[in-house]
Amino acid sequence: MTMTSDVATEPIGLTPAREGRLLAAEAEASLASHVRTFGALPRREPRAMLRELEASGLTGRGGAAFPAWRKLAAAAETASGRRRGRTPILIANGSEGEPLSWKDAVLLQNAPHLVVDGMLTAARAIGATNVLLMVNADALGRVERALAERPDARGIELVEAADSFISGEASAVVNAIENDDPRPTDRTARLTESGLRGRPTVVQNVETLAHVGLIARFGATWFRSLGDASDPGTRLVTVTGDVPHRGVFELPTDATLDEALAVAGADGRSASAALIGGYHGAWVPSRSFRTPLTQADLARFGAQPGAGVIHVLGDHRCGLQTTARIVAYLAGQTANQCGPCMFGLPTMAARFEGLATGSAARENAAELARLSDLVVGRGACHHPDGTIRLIRSALHVFASDVHAHAEGRCTRRPA
Amino acid sequence: MSTSRHVLHIDWTRCDGRGLCAEILEGALGRDDWGYPVVLRGDPEHRTDLRLRADEVTAAEEAVALCPVAALRLLRAGVG
Amino acid sequence: MNELLWAFGRASGVVSLLLFTASVLLGILTRAGRPLPGLPRFSVSLVHRNISLLAVVFLVLHVGTLMFDSYAKLNPVDLVVPFLGSFKPFWQGLGTVAFDLVLAIVITGLLRRRIGQRVFRFVHWFTYAMWPVAVLHAIGNGTNGTSGWFLLLTAAATLLVLIAVVWRMSSRFIEHAQTRRLAEAYKEGMR
Repeated sequence: MTMTSDVATEPIGLTPAREGRLLAAEAEASLASHVRTFGALPRREPRAMLRELEASGLTGRGGAAFPAWRKLAAAAETASGRRRGRTPILIANGSEGEPLSWKDAVLLQNAPHLVVDGMLTAARAIGATNVLLMVNADALGRVERALAERPDARGIELVEAADSFISGEASAVVNAIENDDPRPTDRTARLTESGLRGRPTVVQNVETLAHVGLIARFGATWFRSLGDASDPGTRLVTVTGDVPHRGVFELPTDATLDEALAVAGADGRSASAALIGGYHGAWVPSRSFRTPLTQADLARFGAQPGAGVIHVLGDHRCGLQTTARIVAYLAGQTANQCGPCMFGLPTMAARFEGLATGSAARENAAELARLSDLVVGRGACHHPDGTIRLIRSALHVFASDVHAHAEGRCTRRPA
Repeated sequence: MSTSRHVLHIDWTRCDGRGLCAEILEGALGRDDWGYPVVLRGDPEHRTDLRLRADEVTAAEEAVALCPVAALRLLRAGVG
Repeated sequence: MNELLWAFGRASGVVSLLLFTASVLLGILTRAGRPLPGLPRFSVSLVHRNISLLAVVFLVLHVGTLMFDSYAKLNPVDLVVPFLGSFKPFWQGLGTVAFDLVLAIVITGLLRRRIGQRVFRFVHWFTYAMWPVAVLHAIGNGTNGTSGWFLLLTAAATLLVLIAVVWRMSSRFIEHAQTRRLAEAYKEGMR
């Protein structure tokens, strides 16, 4: 996929944060260096570990922010209630299909042992008999070498992720492993009830598991010592767009958008908005950059911290044009199996393009609103919903541009 | 009108928008621009399951049997 | 009595062929997802199914009565294995082939929910083979196969089926073809 510099995603090299928790060891830490920094991994008693995770308040770092302990506990409960043979499966998801995010790549490159620690801890806590790690082709070599360093990782199955936007969706991950088909599936039961080969399955983001690896050592109170009280700890964010230093940084969960920009060397003054959460996220206007990046504070923008994507839009760019390109990309990334999505998204992309170039702007904006209401919530996965979240957010935050385009002009600052 | 404990579940990966279900359950299911069923009741953000009224269950069973691509299923409420 | 069986055997064959013709036409309409005036989509589907089953009934009568007719010299083997008959083995064999296909199509149709959609669809495609084979069998094997009235009837049926098949392959075949094609065209344009 080629993108213009409006949504530049050129790989910038994997620069780890200078301080922090997850990347406290040296860059591309070996097993020895990893153990020197964090200490050996203790073997926690399963139920005690689950209680510790509950107390920590750790939520998923893959986008949905579901409490980590609850997903694990659900799988453990399903397994304990079933006849023998239906032991749980743990899948660590490092596929990171989001073009604006490379925090998982950075984590796997520099702290793979922390991810493995978390995987082993979680697997032990739920009695999982199969543990799989899904990563992109680029990360395979590094992860393979890391796994080879440690005998306790012998049972971990390494799987290569498909190179598409939705291949990281949980049911797509399971489908890829089970049937070599990386497309989401229709589900009437949760994966923790019936997933891979009908067994209780936990699909957890690699960063979430890295935090588990730390909580196993230092406990819930330590984890809660940083960040927002209702969603504590730290998270990795990927800052991209019109900032001096694009990269992956670790921040406490109550950091504001301003503070995230500062770490990237920006002051937010020449920005008009920032896209939070990724291509399925929402725009936050620059006047609200003092907002903390927590679930509660971002809710009024229709945004979520999600997988920690922060994409900054300089005021010399048109928010509608940038959004139009993203919507076009998303329309090309459907799995082509669900009607409302595979026909609705291209239709909306065409309308957005019209709006962005100023042709029949009002009519296109109205049609986009109608089509959004029509398509939302109708599909096997949340690809249409996420795309519609972005569309609705853009129409709201860039409303002045919609009016301007209808009158044949744009509000962006001339370059 | 009482609600039943049943839910009509649409498998979007199979659905081809042929429209038989929207005919059989006329007030509860509409069709979109491309022919696919639209649940006309309930949460506007979750429209893969139609919570059936008691008097709709028989019609729903017929829709399930007649769907030419077997994209419909009857489930008990609260599943999934 | 034999005369009666013989007459009934031939008549039921003709009726069966006419019903299968109607079934093919309704099947194509079912696939299109389109209604007829006074016949909503789900009715089209039901009538298609009922006419098919009726056609099968007449087919069974056709084969059954001829089995008991001493003139026809039919063996039970001839029901499943084609081209072994003593009277016009090739044309009769085509009848066997059509009959075998009907068996497969009907059984998979009735057990659709149990065997799964993919198997059902794969077998159902053979209706496009079954129908012309049945027509050829009727012309080649039927006592009135080459009579004027029968050929006229067959020509009319063939014309209808041909029109339906051409329509089936056209781009405006399904109801929402236009809106769907617009969306697809945009997607292609983006590549």
